[in-house]
Amino acid sequence: MKVNRKSAIGVGALIAGSMILLGGCASGGSGDDSGDSGDSGDSTPITVWVDIERKPALEPVAKSFTEDTGIEVKLVTKDFATVDQDFISQVPTGKGPDIIVSPHDKLGAYVAAGVVAPLELGDVADGFAEASIQAMTYDGKVYGVPYSIENVALVRNTDLVAEPAATFDEVIANGKAAGTEYPFLVGLSPEQGDPYHLYPLQTSFGSQVFAQNADGSYDASQLVLGDAAGEAFAGWLATQGAAGTGVFNANIDGDRAREFFVAGKSPYYLTGPWNIPAISEAGINYAVDPLPSAGGQEARPFVGVNGFFLSSKSINALAATNFIVNYLSTEDAQLALYEVGGRPPALISAYETAAEADPDVLAFGAIGQKGAPMPSIPEMGAVWSDWGNAELQIIKGEGGDPATVWETAATNIQGKI
Amino acid sequence: MATADQGTVNEGSAKQSTTAAPANRWGDDPLFKPKKRLTSGGLLALLVKVILLGIIDAVAILAVYILVGKGDWIAAGVLVIVVALVNFVYLRPGLLPGKYLTPGLFFLAIFQIFVIVYTAFIAFTNAGDAHNSTKEDAIAQIISTSQDRVPDSPSYTVQVLKQGDQFGLLVAEPGGDLSFGTNEQPLEEVNGPPDGWDELNLNQIIRFQDEVLAVNVPISDDINDGTLRTSDGQNAFVFTSSLEYDESADTFTDAETGVVYVDDGEGNFRAENGETLTPGWRVFIGLDNFASVFTNEQIRDPLLRVTIWTFVFAALSTLVCFAFGLFLAIVLNHPTLRGKKVYRILVILPYAFPAYLTGLVWAGMLNQEFGYINEVLLNGASIPWLADPWLARFSVIFVNMWLGYGYMFLVCTGALQSLPDDIVEAGKVDGASAWRIFRSIKMPLLFVAVAPLLIATFAYNFNNFGVIYMLTRGNPRFTDTTLDIGATDIMITMVYKVAFGGGGGRDLGLASALSILIFIIVTVVAIVSFRQTKALEDIN
Repeated sequence: MKVNRKSAIGVGALIAGSMILLGGCASGGSGDDSGDSGDSGDSTPITVWVDIERKPALEPVAKSFTEDTGIEVKLVTKDFATVDQDFISQVPTGKGPDIIVSPHDKLGAYVAAGVVAPLELGDVADGFAEASIQAMTYDGKVYGVPYSIENVALVRNTDLVAEPAATFDEVIANGKAAGTEYPFLVGLSPEQGDPYHLYPLQTSFGSQVFAQNADGSYDASQLVLGDAAGEAFAGWLATQGAAGTGVFNANIDGDRAREFFVAGKSPYYLTGPWNIPAISEAGINYAVDPLPSAGGQEARPFVGVNGFFLSSKSINALAATNFIVNYLSTEDAQLALYEVGGRPPALISAYETAAEADPDVLAFGAIGQKGAPMPSIPEMGAVWSDWGNAELQIIKGEGGDPATVWETAATNIQGKI
Repeated sequence: MATADQGTVNEGSAKQSTTAAPANRWGDDPLFKPKKRLTSGGLLALLVKVILLGIIDAVAILAVYILVGKGDWIAAGVLVIVVALVNFVYLRPGLLPGKYLTPGLFFLAIFQIFVIVYTAFIAFTNAGDAHNSTKEDAIAQIISTSQDRVPDSPSYTVQVLKQGDQFGLLVAEPGGDLSFGTNEQPLEEVNGPPDGWDELNLNQIIRFQDEVLAVNVPISDDINDGTLRTSDGQNAFVFTSSLEYDESADTFTDAETGVVYVDDGEGNFRAENGETLTPGWRVFIGLDNFASVFTNEQIRDPLLRVTIWTFVFAALSTLVCFAFGLFLAIVLNHPTLRGKKVYRILVILPYAFPAYLTGLVWAGMLNQEFGYINEVLLNGASIPWLADPWLARFSVIFVNMWLGYGYMFLVCTGALQSLPDDIVEAGKVDGASAWRIFRSIKMPLLFVAVAPLLIATFAYNFNNFGVIYMLTRGNPRFTDTTLDIGATDIMITMVYKVAFGGGGGRDLGLASALSILIFIIVTVVAIVSFRQTKALEDIN
């Protein structure tokens, strides 16, 4: 039987229309299915937003929690780059997760948006590295359980340079003596610079972004980026940029720096644990060295801490708190997360176990202990862009006097805050 | 069957035949009377229609049920009205234009009107990271974060007990003694669980978690000593509250300093010294967002530059794409050219690749030191294609041309091929040169066909987020503004940076206000342009 054309169009439209309605209904319903608990059994599942890499590590922890309590743990894979924004937008609508895995520098934004709940860790906190708990603390309250600490270090190709060096000048001298194409590599960006990777060199001049309070937290009202130490760093950076020795090259981005190091084009590479797998897979003999000092003082990197946070609108807060505080803080859980991520665990006992087996973890961890947590105050969001741009200009030898460029950036940032 | 099929070939003719000449269809059957039918398309069409409407109605009823359950009356009401209208249009005989238009109107409403109305709605609020939810949520969050654990206080192991609706905590003190207390009754030493109270296991604790989390046992008669709370049903800690919320006055009072925080009408609790409590909440702030676009120097000056560049970028991109596409179309349209098909395929290849991929590839190729352009094509030159403001602008337009000329080539080829040969012939007979024929005959006729497409291309490039973001992210940055805006930023990437970018928290309200302004600009440009093209159509 033939269906005429017009009714076919109508039918098609109706199908499309009903799809839309179904779709709308499905999304309306999904927020609800975590809501009505009682009928289907004793427990509402806990939803955890996690990235694809860490999901397998959490599965055994979730399983043992389910066995103990009968509460299911749903691990939902999310894109890590935008998960913080999704979390902030969705928690108020009731469609957010109970638990989120996130780096600590987003914590300030979470607190400002009111989407995370404070946690009382009690004695559990004593088992963790002090810096990691500090990173999970905002305004005097702890909001999360940390599980990994990451920071940069100086990776050395031991076939090219046999001995570690203490100062940046020695590093460059060794690098030049090695006769490779580049004496030293660090991944920058030709558009935005990379203040994160250059920060240890900046701190070796005694320059910081914000002043730290006695308890290690940052004071947003005291931007110290533009102080004399900062200007000294700016002046030094200019001598190492395009107008000077050319050690720093903004056109070498992260991918190229890794590529060059793996190809043996440089004995030194300032990078984090995330690039170690690529280096060891390429068969490079390497060692993880302490960060060299350029300005005479200790080179302290930014420390990034990843942790688990509890949503302030979790309808299953008690179970979720139990899962975070009592299950994710165990050595087994922390080691499982270490296995997949390669970052030193935040739990001291887990770190010691991991460090025994892997000297890289020991080396990165030792450097991390000297580091300062990356500021998690929301004001930090205003800093990155100007800061990176100023460094970029100085490295390229543009914008005139480096101290003036640095000063302008500091003034701009102050204006934004 | 055969007769019925004949009748359903086309609704129009079926109607005609039933009313004007029934004899043709139904032979000479005297019993035939034309009757009103639910559908004009036969039994199957009717069946399909009823089933589909049934599905829609069933889904709608379920959705309304859920929405009413959530107390969302507005959405439920809108849904009921829409579905009733859909049923009415498709069940009632006639209303043919309605049957055509309904799906289109439906999609228009969802994908255009709703989005614009919602954006406008956000533009009048202070929505953003610091004003993320409702006032109730903000108050609850302030109360929850104002609980401080008493310094150096011990951690207690507890059991949750229940009697009727009452919940209490059985506490093992650090010394080994047992104590019991409820919300009303401060902790008191006991020998064992009090009579009549049942111990809750973990499942029960979780089932009653809202009540358990609300248990707040004073540790002594003096409330200032703090209260015992548990957050996992196993351990409890002593908390004091640093802020007191007064519901009737709607104020927070700092327990230590006595500072009073009052609702300031702008979505924050604010003390007299200007200090605010986090978080805030969403409120309507009227035209403030629009006002700050025009009055805040930090936004106004860069916005002006970005707006000018946006117009230049959109106009130049369109012009360059069109000129190059037209040129290739004319060249490759030459009747004596061999291998036309191969050339044409090659020419439209850039158009066939995803724009995002192309943008990233070009960004790599234009790298000052390692890019293919400088290193290989220019033999190791060091030209800052993406780092110098003017070169970056040039690069963006060039890459956009690379992406867009294939489309213009296709359009122009089609239009050129549809031009009648006889007028060109007539021009030749009259002794016109090739240029003259092109300028006075082909071009005007071509414009009739492509002018609306040029306007659409302009509007598209006006909001061409992808090419800017993938190639330069708006860099190189302006050094004289504090906003994170650069020389190649167009308005839509600026909006993105305001809404989601790095600079200290998202400001959805301001970003929405800027979006509305862009919408107005594009609308005005489109209306004016379409008016102009009407004049072109008069040539035909």
